Amino acid sequence: MKTRKSTGEVLFNWINILLFSLFALICVFPFYYLFINTISDNSLVSKGQIIFLPKGIHFDNYVEILKIKGLSNAAAISIARTVIGTLLTLVGTSFLGYALGKRELWHRKLWYRFVIVTMYFNAGIIPWYINMKMLRMTDNFLAYVVPSIVSPFSMILFKTYVESIPASLEESADLDGAGYITKFVLLIVPLSTPIIATVAVFSAVGQWNSFMDTLFLMSDSRLFSLQYMLYQYMHEANALAESLRQAMSQGGVVADVTKLLTPTSIKMTVTMAVVLPILLVYPFLQRYFVKGIMIGAVKG
Amino acid sequence: MKSKALLKQPGFRLFLMILPLLVIVFLFSYLPLQGWIYALYNYKPGRPLFSCEYVGLRNFTRMFVDKYSTQDIVRVMRNTFAMSFLGILTSPLPLIFAVLLSEIRWVRFRKTIQTVTTIPNFLSWVLVYSIAYAMFSVNDGFVNRALMRLGLIDEGINFLASSSHVWLTMLGYGIWKGLGWSAIIYMAALSSIDQEQYEAAEVDGASRLQRIRYITVPGLMPTFFVLLLLSIANLINNGMEQYYVFQNAMNKDYIEVLDLYVYNQGMVGFNYSFATAVSILKSFVSITLLFVANSASKLIRGDSIF
Repeated sequence: MKTRKSTGEVLFNWINILLFSLFALICVFPFYYLFINTISDNSLVSKGQIIFLPKGIHFDNYVEILKIKGLSNAAAISIARTVIGTLLTLVGTSFLGYALGKRELWHRKLWYRFVIVTMYFNAGIIPWYINMKMLRMTDNFLAYVVPSIVSPFSMILFKTYVESIPASLEESADLDGAGYITKFVLLIVPLSTPIIATVAVFSAVGQWNSFMDTLFLMSDSRLFSLQYMLYQYMHEANALAESLRQAMSQGGVVADVTKLLTPTSIKMTVTMAVVLPILLVYPFLQRYFVKGIMIGAVKG
Repeated sequence: MKSKALLKQPGFRLFLMILPLLVIVFLFSYLPLQGWIYALYNYKPGRPLFSCEYVGLRNFTRMFVDKYSTQDIVRVMRNTFAMSFLGILTSPLPLIFAVLLSEIRWVRFRKTIQTVTTIPNFLSWVLVYSIAYAMFSVNDGFVNRALMRLGLIDEGINFLASSSHVWLTMLGYGIWKGLGWSAIIYMAALSSIDQEQYEAAEVDGASRLQRIRYITVPGLMPTFFVLLLLSIANLINNGMEQYYVFQNAMNKDYIEVLDLYVYNQGMVGFNYSFATAVSILKSFVSITLLFVANSASKLIRGDSIF
């Protein structure tokens, strides 16, 4: 049934759409601006000529930054910690969630609380740092991937999900004499793919974005992540100049002055390179993120 | 022979399987508590702890007795509360966002807006800083370039180094990053409101505004309330990442929140002991706030928040 709308309502609709379009533009425009500045003639960028449209389009910046040794190494570290860290979190956290949902688990309640409390209480960053140092986790790649093996929040998500799987399925496996690991791998994991995907995307974004752990724990530049390199470029002119010098001495091929790297082009191109994976992947995985916050909201 | 019987229990075998995971939790979340002992000493990095001077509770009393430390704490707490209160003040924004968005009947538009506005939530603060730099810096910033092109200004304005309105700009970045994402939880709550109520209201001739006022908003209140209590519980935990990356010599007096202060004291100034004492106090205050918020929730809603 369609009723005629009053002028007030029509006006309301349009103002509403206008407001949201404006906010969406504020969310999107910075990425567009960064992008056109990374693909435009670098000398025009330095002169501040690139505002709304790209000029002198080339993609050499993205090739040139790979020649900066520290940067390609940082990219490898970021990818490695994202892949390994996410896999370890998935294995550890999902099995823990499965086990903590089992009634027969020895002192189940105690261990459940033991894990959950860590969400609300921590010792503070300095004691944490002293502890990490004592455990020889400074300048150690393991510091990126081992502490996150157990993620209490994801554990809750997983436990809630597994509890919704009919118990009769597992009971029939019990009759065949299957152990916990067999049941977990062959029965529970295939039935839990939606929640596994949710935990995976959250964990991967967390790993990719992580910055503070490098700041606290790593002094060896071979272990710097992309996020940390970007931070250095933004705040320390020295780090930037050093990388620029490196790129110059490497890339003797580029004679074209309009394509030479500048401090600005390094900053913007690295930013774009770190943002792009998220921008490209997010629209496809959005439903998993939303699912995560929904289940979390029901529980929390 | 009790141990043998225990080993035969499937529940105990399962426990043994998760034991390595529990050890990880212990090592990285419980073991750090031993570091609290540093608060009782005047620790100097590079020396064994027990060869350092034992000072008892002096690191704790220093916050209230020593003139300079007290000044610092007052300044830092002012910043912490200012940012938290601004956050609480703007906490209805996601609710309004969700209500207004749900009023749009054009589904494709609504979906696109949702996708686009949630993306910033998945950027790290380093990236947000870098994007803010691209927008506001003197030479490369879009705003300065556009204003100069329009002839409105002759020289670039250094928005990022300015110390005025730091609280507000930090709030602004926070809203840019989080608004769309925070609204999602309200969108979920919206879809759980009984549709029959709307139909009944329509039959009774309620206007759109009345429907929002008397059905939608009351339906969202429980969610709003829980989130409000949680933000009160986190009053002094505003984290340090955002403030760390935006910090500079110019804005330091206004941007340094408690978490950042602890970092600056400990990791930059090497006052491990004092920083630990501050963070111990902070832990106790925030646990207390959490319990207060939880009992408030039990009292008012009849349900705990966690």
